[in-house]
Amino acid sequence: MAYQFDFSFLSEYWPELLRGLWLTLKMSVLTIVLGFLVGTVLAIGRTAHSAWVRRACGVYVEVIRNTPLLIQMFLIYFGLASLGLKLGANFCAILSIVINISAYTCEIMRAGIESIRKGQLEAAQCLGLSRLQTLAAVVLPPATERVYPALTSQFILIMLTTSVVSQISAEELTSIAARIDSITFRSFEIYLVVALLYILLAVAVRGTFWLIARLVFPRLRRLGTPL
Amino acid sequence: MLTTFQIQALLVGALWTVGLALVAFIGGGVIGLLVAVTRVSRHRIVRNLSFLYVQIVQGTPLLIQMMLAYFGLSLLGYDLPPFAAACLAIVVYASAYFGEIWRGGILTVPKTQWEAAECLALSDAQRFWLIIVPQALRLSTPPTVGFMVQVVKNTSLASVIGVADLTYTSKLINNSTFQPFQVFVLVAALYFVMCFPLAWWSRKLEDRLNVSNH
Amino acid sequence: MSPIIKLSNVSKSFGALQVLDGISFDVHPGSVVALIGRSGSGKSTALRCMNGLETIDSGEIDICSHRLGTTVEKGLLRALHLDVGMVFQSYNLFPHLTVGQNIMLAPRWVKKSAKGEARERAMEVLSRVGLAEKFDSYPEQLSGGQQQRVAIARSLAMQPKVMLFDEVTSALDPELTGEVLRVMESLAREGMTMVLVTHEMAFARRVADTVIFMHKGRIHEKGPGAMLEAPSTPELAQFVGNGL
Ligand SMILES: Nc1ncnc2c1ncn2[C@@H]1O[C@H](COP(=O)(O)OP(=O)(O)O)[C@@H](O)[C@H]1O
Ligand SMILES: [Mg+2]
Repeated sequence: MAYQFDFSFLSEYWPELLRGLWLTLKMSVLTIVLGFLVGTVLAIGRTAHSAWVRRACGVYVEVIRNTPLLIQMFLIYFGLASLGLKLGANFCAILSIVINISAYTCEIMRAGIESIRKGQLEAAQCLGLSRLQTLAAVVLPPATERVYPALTSQFILIMLTTSVVSQISAEELTSIAARIDSITFRSFEIYLVVALLYILLAVAVRGTFWLIARLVFPRLRRLGTPL
Repeated sequence: MLTTFQIQALLVGALWTVGLALVAFIGGGVIGLLVAVTRVSRHRIVRNLSFLYVQIVQGTPLLIQMMLAYFGLSLLGYDLPPFAAACLAIVVYASAYFGEIWRGGILTVPKTQWEAAECLALSDAQRFWLIIVPQALRLSTPPTVGFMVQVVKNTSLASVIGVADLTYTSKLINNSTFQPFQVFVLVAALYFVMCFPLAWWSRKLEDRLNVSNH
Repeated sequence: MSPIIKLSNVSKSFGALQVLDGISFDVHPGSVVALIGRSGSGKSTALRCMNGLETIDSGEIDICSHRLGTTVEKGLLRALHLDVGMVFQSYNLFPHLTVGQNIMLAPRWVKKSAKGEARERAMEVLSRVGLAEKFDSYPEQLSGGQQQRVAIARSLAMQPKVMLFDEVTSALDPELTGEVLRVMESLAREGMTMVLVTHEMAFARRVADTVIFMHKGRIHEKGPGAMLEAPSTPELAQFVGNGL
C-alpha cells in the first residue's frame, strides 16, 4: 500500500483543465437558458385548454424522464449521423441536454403554474388582460419565484450532467480530463482534481442563482420572504 | 434487423442494469438512512461531517464518481471487475440523495408527534427509531420512489468504466450494425419499461398522501 | 333614461344544480343595486355572469351596450372588461407586484398608457381610497382592509362605467369593514354605477337605490332600501331578522 500520489501533471496541464472548466460553464449556461425556455413553453402546454396539446406535452415529458440521457444522446448523435446529418458532437450534446432538461423544467414550472390561484386569473381577466398578458404578468413571474429553489437544484444537476457529453467526445471538462489521462496515466489524481473543480463549480452556480434571484425578484430582495 | 443473438445480448445487459439498480437501492438505502439520521444528529461534528459528505457527492457528477471508484479500487490493489466499482460509486451516489430525501421527511414529521412520543415511556433513541423514522419514511416514499427512477437511468453511466450493462451492450451492437435508430430506440424502450412503473407508482403514492393529508 | 345593465330571464345551472332561474332586472346609470340573500342563493353567480366569468344557459344580459348571450366570443369579453370593473371577496391582488404596479399593470398593458400618465392616474385613485403613501408597499405588508381598498383602486384606474362588488368585506375583521364601506359609499355618491353583493344590511339600506333579495336562484323581492324595514315576504323577514 505504498501508492505515491503524483499531481505533477498539474503544472503542465492546468491551463487545459481551466479551459475545460470554462467550456463546461459555457455549455451549462447555454443549456440552462434554452432548457428553461423550452421547459416553460412545455409547462404552458401542459396546462393548455386543448387536450391534445396537454397530452402531447405529457407524453414528451414521460418519455424523456424515463430514459437515460446517455441513450438520448447516442440516439441523436449516431441517429442523425446515420441519416447523413453531420451536426457535430457539440451541437448534438447541447441538443440532447436541452431536450432532457426541458422535460424536468416543465414539471417544475407546471407545479409553479398550478400553484397560482384561480382568483388571480379572474382578476387579470376582469382588468382586461389577454391570456398571453395574464401569463406573462400574473402567472409566470410568481410561479417561477415559487419553484426557484427546485429550479436551482435542477440546474446544478444539469451542470454536473454535462460531464456525460464526454461520451460522444465533445468539448468540456470531463473529456479534457480523459485526454490528459490518456497522456499521463495519472487517472485517479486527475479525476480527483476534476471532482474538486465540479464541486467548486456547483458552489459557484448556487451562489450565482442566489444573486440572480435577488436581481429578478424585487419583492424577494425587499422582503426576503418566500412568496 | 437485429439478430436474435443481439437481442439476447441486450436482454442480458438489461439484467446487469437491473442488478446494479438493486444494489443501489439496497446499499444506497442503508447508507442513506445513516446519512439522514446523522444529518439531524445532536452532535455538531457528526452533523457537519454528514453535511460535507452530501455536499461532495451532490457536487460531483456520477460519471466522475464512477471513474474515481474504478481507478481508486485498483490503486488500493484490488483487482476487481468494473461491476464492483460501479456498485461502490452508485451506492455512494444514491446514499446522498436518499439521505437528503429522508432528512426532509424527518423534518416534516409534525412537532406534535415528537411531543406525543415524549409522553410515552420511551428513551430518546427508541422514540426516534420507532416513531419518527417510520413516519418520515412514509412521508417521503413518493420522492424516494421518484429518485429510484433516476438511479435506474443513471446506472447507464457504469458503461463508461466497462460494465456490460444495457447501455454498454447497445453501444457495442451499434458499432457493429450501424443501425442507431433500431438499437437505441429499442434500448430506450427497455429503460422506459423499467422506469415508467416506478414513476407511475411514485405519482400514485403522492396522490394518496395528498388525499390523506386533507 | 335607458338602463346601463339589463338582465332578461337569465338562467344558469352547474350540472344538475340550477343556480339562476329566470332572473330579470335593470340597473340605471349612476344607481346602486344591492344583491342580498342567503349563502348559495346565486348572488355571486349572477354577478359573475354579468361580466362573462360564467356563461349563461338562457336569456340575455345587456351591459354597457355589450350583449352576453349563451355564447360569448373572446373579443367581446375584452371590450366588456374595459367597461366593467370587478372587486372580489379575496382581493386577488398580485402578490409579486407593489401596490403601484398592481394598479398600473392594466392601464399600461391594456390601455397602453404612457408610464408617467399611468403613474399619475395610479396615485390619483390611490389617494381616493386614502392609501397614497402605500404606493411602493407589497400587498402582504397591508392589512386586509387596505388590500381591499387597493383592489378597488386598481379597478378604478381602468375608469370603468360599472363596478361589481362581490362581498368585498366578508373576509375582513369587523373593525376593518368600515374603511372599505366608506370608500364604496363615496364612489356611489360620485355617481358610479354599482352592483354589489353584500351582507351589510345597514349599508345596503343606506346606499342602495334598489335592493334585490335572491332566494333559491330567483328574485324573491325587490324594492328600495326601505323594503328591508318592512319585508313583504316571510323569507326576507326571516333573512333580515337573522341579519340584523
Ligand atoms: N363553478 C361552480 N361549479 C359548481 N357549482 C357552483 C359553482 N359556482 C357556484 N356553484 C354553486 O352554485 C350555488 C350558488 O353559488 P353562489 O352564486 O356562489 O351563491 P352565493 O354567492 O349567493 O352564496 C351554490 O350552491 C354553489 O355551490
Ligand atoms: Mg357568493
